[in-house]
Formats: sequence, structure tokens, C-alpha cells
Amino acid sequence: MAKRNELLTIEEVKHTATLAKLKLDPEELAKFKDQLSQVLGYINKLQELKMKDILPTSQVTDLSNVFRKDEIRPSLTQTETLSNAKEAYQGFFKVEAIFTE
Amino acid sequence: MELYQLTIKEALIGLAKKEFSQKDLRESCLKRIRKLNQKLNAFLTVAETKNFSETGGILAGIPIALKDIYLTKEMRTTAGSFVLENYIPQYNSSVVERLLKSGANILGKTNLDAWAHGSSGENSDFNPSKNPYDPSFVPGGSSSGSAVAVAAEMSLASFGTDTGGSIRLPASFCNVVGLKPTYGRVSRYGIIAMASSHDSIGHFTKTVFDNALILKITAGHDPHDGTSSREPVADYTKRINQGIKNLKIGIPKEYFQKGMDPRIEALVKKALQVMESLGAKFEEISLPHTEYALATYYILQPSELSSNLARYDGIRFGEDRACFGAEAKRRIMLGTYTLSAGYYDAYYLKAMKVRTLIKRDFTEAFKKVDAIVAPVSPTRPFKFKEKTNDPLAMYLSDIYTVTMNLAGVPSLAVPCGFVGSLPVGLQVIGPFFSEELLFRIGHTYEQANNWYKMRPKL
Repeated sequence: MAKRNELLTIEEVKHTATLAKLKLDPEELAKFKDQLSQVLGYINKLQELKMKDILPTSQVTDLSNVFRKDEIRPSLTQTETLSNAKEAYQGFFKVEAIFTE
Repeated sequence: MELYQLTIKEALIGLAKKEFSQKDLRESCLKRIRKLNQKLNAFLTVAETKNFSETGGILAGIPIALKDIYLTKEMRTTAGSFVLENYIPQYNSSVVERLLKSGANILGKTNLDAWAHGSSGENSDFNPSKNPYDPSFVPGGSSSGSAVAVAAEMSLASFGTDTGGSIRLPASFCNVVGLKPTYGRVSRYGIIAMASSHDSIGHFTKTVFDNALILKITAGHDPHDGTSSREPVADYTKRINQGIKNLKIGIPKEYFQKGMDPRIEALVKKALQVMESLGAKFEEISLPHTEYALATYYILQPSELSSNLARYDGIRFGEDRACFGAEAKRRIMLGTYTLSAGYYDAYYLKAMKVRTLIKRDFTEAFKKVDAIVAPVSPTRPFKFKEKTNDPLAMYLSDIYTVTMNLAGVPSLAVPCGFVGSLPVGLQVIGPFFSEELLFRIGHTYEQANNWYKMRPKL
């Protein structure tokens, strides 16, 4: 497993910001490059451990397949659901166009 | 004696005897809030008292405060962030429903590090809360306002969340009792999610007895929360006076290492002596993977929260994502990175495996001992801005608390003294669903000291 010695590149920070849907200015990009590199450096501590035959724990409850009956139940009304929307149109949330034609 | 000075236990007795009314009790707290909130900034929203009506139920008439991360129907809920500055929820969280049904009334919503990201309260977009014992010091976070509200006697109980220590740390910094229940003991439904496999829903009170009383209401299975447990809810107060004779308590050697403030170590060791004089037996134990816990946590938690915060799109609710504060952005970036293609295995998957080892440390320890006692913080409360320039230094505040969130085990923070004028707490940790035992230990220790009687000079 390759050791991560080098700092994060600005390109990686920009790519991560795109994935996270965050618009960062150049100052923020530079700051996060430094701070995240520092945190990642600390996190690299985990490379010390041997992980052979250890199963991952994604959650601690031992529960699985927690389902309920597929029945319609009362929920929020349309009015309630739209009550915090910036823009609504005839009972719909208004969003930016995906198709620009 | 003013009504706001009462414990829940005392208030319920007084109400039953009709020494005062539910309205009097609420008014006393509201008056206290009006007097102190400008100085301490504990509350972001104070509820109006329109159409007050008497209630019935186990907590009838008890005024409570809620971390502003609990959804309250028609009462603004901000998560401490500009993103939700104007958000009005359309429903109550399950815990709020339970509390209202049991007769409690809501005083308001308390301040917090935005999105529960923080250990000091300084990440609030609405200015931090202040430590009532000395307002130039932090009250701890992220449930800062809730801890302050109880410590300053603005509320008889308050509610918070603990994902990496966010109840236990402010409880210790403010000389109040704070419970992090077993993961899944209390429903997370309607509470703004931070790290969904770590978030634990708990509360602050003046005494351990009060804390046990509250858990009787909030604990229990909730069909709205797929991770909530069907484990039966114990009567947490019934055997609270049974004492701790012959209980085996483990002292984890990894929690008493170099770098810890020796004054805190001395206070915790003194507390252990008190417990010993009350009949407890001690054994040194090891939680060998403790040193990896913080690194594990700072991969898993940001990863989970980057996913949880993706919903804040500014379309269905809230403002644009540009309104996220620096810490939120930092954690979203960290989490997105560690989950991204090419890095998932190295970081997230690896951290999940270390989590298995950390959980196992506790399972093994509890084969030898009934409970574990440890400090909550390696340092006393710190001054504002002392750690804000160094995110990593701030993250290290959680070094003794994150392990319990990774393992899912419950932990009760109880005051154990002061360094100068600043409070110090210890934590009592137990196996899954052992809250009844934790309350018994905490209550026995508490009643053998006077920390719970101390109040800040306000």
C-alpha cells in the first residue's frame, strides 16, 4: 500500500470541491490544500496497523434488513413540503434547468 | 430559593404539592434566560409562551431546552448555520414528540457549533456560547448552549447530540451531568444528521438522578429510525441507590498518558479513591487501539457527514451551499476526498476495519470489568481562539471521547472537580445498554461529593 508522503495537489482539491458541490475561491483552495494535507498526514497513522482478516464495521447495531410493510401512510402535505422552498411552481420544487436546449 | 434553581426531581415534588404552578416554573426560567442570554449566548431562539396550558405526564411542567439541531415543528431550527438561518421545520423529531407527550415544555433552541462540527462552540455562525464559570473560556462543544443552559440554571434539562464527545465535553467543561447513550438507544429521527453511524442522542441535567429520569422518556424503539433498538427500556431510577459495592471498574492505561494535564489526572484519581471507599474494586485494563481512534474517527465522521450534508442544496430548504462555514466546508472536503475513487480503500475501508478493532477492545474489556472510568478531556476548558488556528489541535480535544462513539457504547459524564475556577469531569463507560449501571455508579459518586451543588457566580 503506497505511503502518502506528498501533499494534496491543488488539482485534487479542486476536483474534490467539484464532487462536493462547493464553490471555493483561490484563497480557500490554498487554505484547504494545507489544512487537509495536515489532517491526512495525521490520519496516515492507520498505515501502522496490520488489517489482515479484519472485517469492516460500518455500523455497530448488529441490525440488518430493518423494513416495514410497503403500505401508504400519512405523510407531509404538499403545502408543508414546499413551505421552505425558495421557489415553487404549481406544487413542484423549482430547480435549475438540466437541459439547456 | 428561586424556581430555576430546582432539580427536576425537586420541581416535580413542588408541583405535585402545588407549592408553585407549571407557569411559575417556566416563567422563572424565562426570566433567567432574559437576564443572562446576552452575556452567555446559550439560546439562539427563545420560544414564546402563547396559550400556555398545564400538562400531565411524567415530566409535566418541566421546562427544557433543545440543541438547535433537533427539529421542532414551526420553531426555527438552524443547526447553528447560516444555511438554515430561516428554516422552519414541518415536523418534530421523535424525541421532541416524546418529551412533549410526557408534559415537558420547550424554552427554546440552544447554540452549537454549526452542524455539530466542533469541540468548543466557536464554530457557531451566530457567535459562540460562553462558559458560565468564566466567560473568557469556552463551554466546550458542540452542544455548547445546552450545557450552558443547565449550568447557568436557565433550564432544568437540555438536550444535545454526541458524535465524538459533543455532550460529554461541554458537560465536563460546565460542571453538569451529560449522557451519551448507547448508539440506537434513543431515536435519531428528526435530528439533523452529522455522522449517522456515530450520532448519539443524549441530554444534560444538574444531577444523575434527573438524567436517569429523562432517559426513561427518550429511550425506546422508534419505527422512524431504522437503527433504533428494540432492547427493553429499563427503569433507570429504580435501583439507582443500590451503591457500587464490589463492582469491578476498569482504569484504561491509555487514558492516563503523558500530555494529560496533571491536575486533571489528580482529580480523576481522587474520584477513583472515593469510589473505592464506597466499595468499588479497580483493575487496570488496556484498550490497545485507543491511539488509532482519533485518526479512524476523522476519516469515518467526515465521510458520513459529507454524505449527510449533500442534501443542503438550497432548493427544497435552506440557503445556498456557499453559506456553509469554514469548518463545515473543511469536513465536507475531507470526507468527500476519503470516499472518492482511488482513496476509498486506503482511508474509509481501512478506518472501518480499525473500528472493528476498537469495538473489540471494549468487548474484551467488559469481559473483565463491569464498567470503565476515564477522564473526558486531557485539558481543562481553554480560552477562546486558543485552538481556532489549528484544526488538528481542536480535533485532539476529542481524544478521550471518540472511542465510545466508534464502539457504540454508552458513557455518562459526571463532574469531578475544578482546576481553579474551571470544571473538570470524568466519564463512566459501560457495555451496550448498561445505562442503568452507569447511573448507579454516577449517582453514588455524585452524592459523595459536592460538585453537583456548585453554581457559577452570575
